[in-house]
Amino acid sequence: MNEHPATDALFDALGDGTRRAILEQLRGGPLPVVEITRRLPVGRPAVSQHLKVLKDAGLVSARQDGTRRQYQLDPAGITAVRAWLDGLWEQALDAYKAAVEQDSGS
Amino acid sequence: MTTTPVRKSVTVDADQKRAFDVFTARHGTWWPSTYHIGTSDYETAVIEPFAGGRWFERGVDGSEADWGKVLVWEPPRRLVLAWQITPDFQFDPELVTEIEVRFEPIGPAQTRVELEHRYFDRFGGRAAEMRAIFDSGGVPGAPQGWAGILREFAAVVAPPA
Repeated sequence: MNEHPATDALFDALGDGTRRAILEQLRGGPLPVVEITRRLPVGRPAVSQHLKVLKDAGLVSARQDGTRRQYQLDPAGITAVRAWLDGLWEQALDAYKAAVEQDSGS
Repeated sequence: MTTTPVRKSVTVDADQKRAFDVFTARHGTWWPSTYHIGTSDYETAVIEPFAGGRWFERGVDGSEADWGKVLVWEPPRRLVLAWQITPDFQFDPELVTEIEVRFEPIGPAQTRVELEHRYFDRFGGRAAEMRAIFDSGGVPGAPQGWAGILREFAAVVAPPA
C-alpha cells in the first residue's frame, strides 16, 4: 500500500508542530526566513531545516525578491490535493468492492 | 505543466450490470461516510441516473449538499461525473474536475472497474487553501468531515516524535 512517496512526504511534513506553525505564519503572505524565525520560538537553522522539508513536500516554495529570499505557500499546491484525492479513491473503491461482492449472493 | 490524473482500478466478482448498479444506484451504501461536506451528519449519497443529474449527499436532517453532477451516463459500461468541490471543501458550480469510471467485463462474473479523476489543474490557486485545512482545527461547515479525516490520517502516519 505504501506506493505514494509524495503522500508520505506530505503527511510527514505536517506531522510536526513547528512546521504547522510555519505554514500558519505563511498564510498571511510571503516571508523571509529572518521574519519567520522572529515569530517562532526556534532558531534560524531549525527554521531553515523545516522549510526544506516543507519545500520538498510541495507545501511551500521559495522566490527571490530583490536581495531577499521569500518563502510562501505553494500557490499551485495541487500536489497535495491530488495526494489527498488519491487516498480518498483508494478507500472508496475498497468499500465499493466489498459492497458489490456482499450483494452478489442475493 | 499538467498534473497527472489519479487512476485507480479494482476487479469485482460481479457482472458488468451489477458492478454499474452498485456503483450508482447504491452509491450511498458504500461511500465512506466520513467523507462529506454537509453540516448535518451523513446519511447517504446519491448519483441521479441520467446525464445532467445531480451528485449530492443527504444528511440525517434531510438537508442536501451538492458534490457535482452526471456528465455522461452510459449504463452499464461508462460513467463520467463532475467533481465540483474546492480544496476548502465548498461546492463551486464554476469548478469542473472529472471522474470517469469504466466497467470492463473480464468474465461472466467478473468486472474490472477503472476510475480516473482528472483536470486537477482546474483547482488552480485555490489549492493553496488546502493549507487552511491542514494547519487549522477544521473547516466551517465540515467539522466532522474530510478535514477531520485528513487530520486523523496525518496523526496516524506521523505520530509526534
